[in-house]
Amino acid sequence: MTVSNPDGATSILATDCGSTTTKAILIELKGDEYRLIVRGEAPTTVEAPFEDVTKGVLNAVREVEELAGRKILAGETIMTPSKNGEGVDLYVSTSSAGGGLQMMVFGVVKTMTAESAQRAALGAGAIVMDVIASNDGRLPYQKIKRIRQLRPDMILLSGGIDGGTTTHVAELAELLSAADPKARLGAGYLLPVVYAGNKDASGIVKATLGDKTALVITDNLRPVLERENLGPARTQIHDLFMEHVMAHAPGYKKLMEWTLVPIMPTPAAVGRIIETIAREKGIQPIGVDIGGATTDVFSVFQGVFNRTVSANLGMSYSISNVLAETGIDNIMRWVPFHVEEKDLRNRIKNKMIRPTTIPQSLEELMIEQGIAREALRLAFEQHKSLAVGLKGVQQERTISDTFDQTSSGETLVNLRDLDMLVGSGGVLSHAPRRVQAALMLIDAFLPECVTHLAVDSIFMMPQLGVLSTVHPKAATEVFNKDCLIHLGTCIAPVGTGKEGSECVRVKLEREQGSSEEVAVNFGQMKVMALAVGEKARVLTNPTKGFDAGAGHGRTFEAKIEGGVVGVIIDCRGRRPFVLPVSAEQRVKKLNEWNTALNVYPAVS
Amino acid sequence: MAHAYTPGVTVTAKTKLVRERRLPLAGTVLAKAGDQVKAEQVVARTELPGNVQTVNVANILSVLPEDVEGTLTKPVGSSLEADEVFAMSRSFFGLFKSKCKSPIKGTLESISNITGQAILREPPIPVEVHAYVDGKVIEVMEKEGVRVETEGSFIQGIFGIGGETWGEIKLLVKKSDEPLDASMLDASCSGKILIGGSRVDTAFLEKAASLGAKGVVVGGIDDKDLRQFLGYDLGVAITGSEEKGISLIITEGFGGMRMAEKTFSLLRALEGRKASISGVTQIRAGVMRPEVIVAMDGKPAPVTGKASVFSESGLEIGSAIRVIREPNFGRLGRVADLPPELRELETEAKVRVLEVEFDDGTKAVLPRANVEMIEG
Repeated sequence: MTVSNPDGATSILATDCGSTTTKAILIELKGDEYRLIVRGEAPTTVEAPFEDVTKGVLNAVREVEELAGRKILAGETIMTPSKNGEGVDLYVSTSSAGGGLQMMVFGVVKTMTAESAQRAALGAGAIVMDVIASNDGRLPYQKIKRIRQLRPDMILLSGGIDGGTTTHVAELAELLSAADPKARLGAGYLLPVVYAGNKDASGIVKATLGDKTALVITDNLRPVLERENLGPARTQIHDLFMEHVMAHAPGYKKLMEWTLVPIMPTPAAVGRIIETIAREKGIQPIGVDIGGATTDVFSVFQGVFNRTVSANLGMSYSISNVLAETGIDNIMRWVPFHVEEKDLRNRIKNKMIRPTTIPQSLEELMIEQGIAREALRLAFEQHKSLAVGLKGVQQERTISDTFDQTSSGETLVNLRDLDMLVGSGGVLSHAPRRVQAALMLIDAFLPECVTHLAVDSIFMMPQLGVLSTVHPKAATEVFNKDCLIHLGTCIAPVGTGKEGSECVRVKLEREQGSSEEVAVNFGQMKVMALAVGEKARVLTNPTKGFDAGAGHGRTFEAKIEGGVVGVIIDCRGRRPFVLPVSAEQRVKKLNEWNTALNVYPAVS
Repeated sequence: MAHAYTPGVTVTAKTKLVRERRLPLAGTVLAKAGDQVKAEQVVARTELPGNVQTVNVANILSVLPEDVEGTLTKPVGSSLEADEVFAMSRSFFGLFKSKCKSPIKGTLESISNITGQAILREPPIPVEVHAYVDGKVIEVMEKEGVRVETEGSFIQGIFGIGGETWGEIKLLVKKSDEPLDASMLDASCSGKILIGGSRVDTAFLEKAASLGAKGVVVGGIDDKDLRQFLGYDLGVAITGSEEKGISLIITEGFGGMRMAEKTFSLLRALEGRKASISGVTQIRAGVMRPEVIVAMDGKPAPVTGKASVFSESGLEIGSAIRVIREPNFGRLGRVADLPPELRELETEAKVRVLEVEFDDGTKAVLPRANVEMIEG
C-alpha cells in the first residue's frame, strides 16, 4: 500500500494487535485538526481455528465501521485512499500479538557484560528467558540443557571490552555451538544470533556460529568498562525481531502488506510517545502499559530513556504469574473485603484460562484491580533495577579481575524527581472510574512529593506512536486532545508517623482566584478539586517528620495542574509505605480511602 | 465488541483429526504412508547428541592451548570410557606425567586450540516419537516424522498438565456433578484414563499416580490442590512437561465445576474404549488445549446429540453458549437478544452485552466477553 502524500490524509486507521485484543481507531481531519472519531476492538486471532491475525484486525475494523457509520472495508480489504467518505487514506499498525520476543542473552561477567546484554535485550522489548554468563555458577552441560529446553526466538551474545581478552567469548560461542539451539518457530528456521561483544573476537564467533545460525555482528555493547553502547544491539534485535520472528506469526505477512509503514512492536510505539512527552514538555516521566501478557515500563531520567518489558506480568495470559511472583498475601492486601484464599486463587486461574473475560461484579473488579497493583509494582521494581548507572566504573579492570564483583549500580529512577506518571493498558484505560486508575498508579508506584498523573483514555498510545513516524501532526494533535486524560496531581510527603497524627497542611491557590486549605493527618487520603486545564499554586506544609519536597518540616511550593480527579493528598507514608497487618484493620482502611476518594459505587 | 465471541472448546462424537508426529531433529521414519498404526507404536526415531562436558586440558596439563593437540593419547573422534586417559604431558625431563581423564563415557568430539578445552560428548540420547493415536499414516515427512489421521471422538479440555499418554476409559462417577474421591481408586485403575465429575483433589491424584493410572479427566480442580500436587505455584500456563506420573485434563475450570453434560455423556458412551490424551496446554498466542481422542477403530460413533456448526460470523440470536465467568459460571443457554448499545454493569463499565435464556427458562444479561460459543 502506498500513499503519495501522508500529510494530505483526511482519514487514518490505526490498529494495535495485542496478545488478548486487537484495537482499531479511526482518526479524521475535522476542520484543521485531527481528532479521534471512534474505537473498535475484537479478540486477537493468532490461534486456532483462525491462526491469522488479520481476522481480528478485520473484526475490530468492522466494529469501527459500525460505530462510525463509515464503510472502510471492501470485503476483506481496507479501502485506500478514501473516496466519497469511504475507506481511509492511511493505515498503520502495532503488534505484540505473539506475546513478545523471547530471547536468551550471553555475557562473560554476570554483573557486567551479561547485565548490559540483558538491558539491551529488555530495552528492545524482548522477554529475557535466561542470562548465561561464564561465571554464573552453572556447569557447561547445565547451560546447554537450558538452552535446548527454552527454544528461544533469538540469542544475544556479548562479552569482553574491545581489545580485551577473547578467550571467554570464544568459550561462550563454543558452548552455544555445542548446544545447537533450535527456535520454536519451525524446524527449517535458522536461529538469529546477535553478537555484540569484543570486536576482536568477531572472527572466532563467525567461524563457530556462522553456518549454524543467522548470525549478525554489531558494535560491542560494552566497548569499555565505563560505557555502555546498547543502541546498535537494540536496533539489531528489533530489526531481526520484525524480520524473522514477527514475520513467522500467523497472518503477519498479510498484515505487513496492508500497512503504510512497517508494523511496530507495541512497546517501541509506546516508548516513542513517552520520549516525545519528555522532550516536548521538558519533564522526567514514567509511562506504563499493562497488557494481557506483559507490562512495559518506560522512563526518562537524566535524559536517558529506559524501557523494560516484564514479560510474564500481565492481566490475562500472565495473571497467574503475578500471583506466583508476588504471593497471595500481597494481592489480598489490596482487596477491601474478606475473600478466601482458595476462592481468590480459583478466580485468578479462571481468568488465566479464559483471558478475554471481564469483571461483571464490583467484587471481581476490585480483585482485578488489586492484582493490577501488584503487576505494576513488580514491573516497576524490575524497571528500577535495570535502569541503573554502570557497575564497575570506579577503576579500570580487566575482565578476569571482575569475576566476583558484587557492588550494585544506582537506579536512575528517582521518584522525587518524577514529574509525570502516565498509565496505559486495558485495566487502567478501561477502569470505570478514572480515580480507580489514579489510585492503582499511586499504590503501585508510590510517587513522592508532587507528581502529575495521567492515563491513556482508551489505550491508543501504541497506535499514536506508530502514526507519529509517518504523520507526526495527526499523532500529536490526537494525543494532546483525545488520548491523554489528565487525572490530576498526587501530593505524597515522604516519611512515616503515628496513625491520626498531624502530617501536612495543603494550601491550594487556583489560578482562577479561589483558594482552599486542608489539613491531612497521617494515614489519611483526601481530594481537593482542581479540574482539567486548571492550574494552581500549591503550598505543602509538612510537620517535621515529613518531607514534602523541600526537606523535613519545610514548606514546599509547586505549580500544578488539575485533572478529572483533582489533587490527591496521600498521607499514608512513604519509605516506608505500610498497610495494616491485621486483615480487619486493613479492610477498614482500604474502605476509608476508597470512600474518601469516591473510588467505587455503593452497592445495594 | 460487536463481533466478539470466544471460540469454545470442541466436544464432538465424530470427527476426523490429523496429528503431526515429528522428531526434534532429523532421524529415521519407521512407518510409511498407508500404514495403520497404534498409539503406542514408534513411528520415528533419532538420537540427540549426548550431553557435553568440557575439560580444560590446557590447565590440567599446564600446557598452552595451541599445544593441547600434541598431548592427545587418543585422536579426536575416539570413544572413551569414564576415567580413561585421553591426554598426557610430561615434564621435568619426562619424569612427571600429568594425565587428563575423561569424566564420562562418550566421545572426544573436538579440541580448541584457542581455549585449550576438550569437548567430550556423552552417548547419544535416543528420541522416539509414538503415533499417539490409533490411525493411518497419511503423509511421511522425510527424516522427520509422519502425519497420522484418525476418525473418532474428540474432547478438548480447558487446562491440563502432563504429556501424551493412552489407556482405557474408566468412569468412576455416575453423574457429572459428583466429585472424585481417593476411596474410589483401586488396582483396577492401573493403566486407565479415569473420568470424574466436578472435582479432583491432591489425594486422588497422588493415589491414582501411585496405582499406575495414566490420566484423569474431570470438570475442575481447586488451584490450591494443583499447587500442592505440582509442588509449586503455576505461573504462566505453559504445561505438558510435568513429570508427576499422570496427566490431568480439566474440562470446565478451577473450582468445583460440574462437567458439561455433553462432555460427560460422550465419555460415558466411550467407557471401555482406548483413549489418547494429552495434558499439554499453552495459554498464549498459539493456544494449545489439552485433549482426549478416541479412535473409532471400526466401531460406531456414540450418539450424543447434534453437532452444531461453528459460525465464523460470531454470536447470533439462537447461538448456543456457555457462561465462562461468575456469576452463572458454567450455565448453558441460547442468545435471546444482542442489544447494539452499550450497557452499564454493576462495575459501571459500559460494555456490549447479550441476553441469554438458560436451559431452565430463566434469563440474564451478561457481557458478551463472558460467554463462549459451544462448538461441535
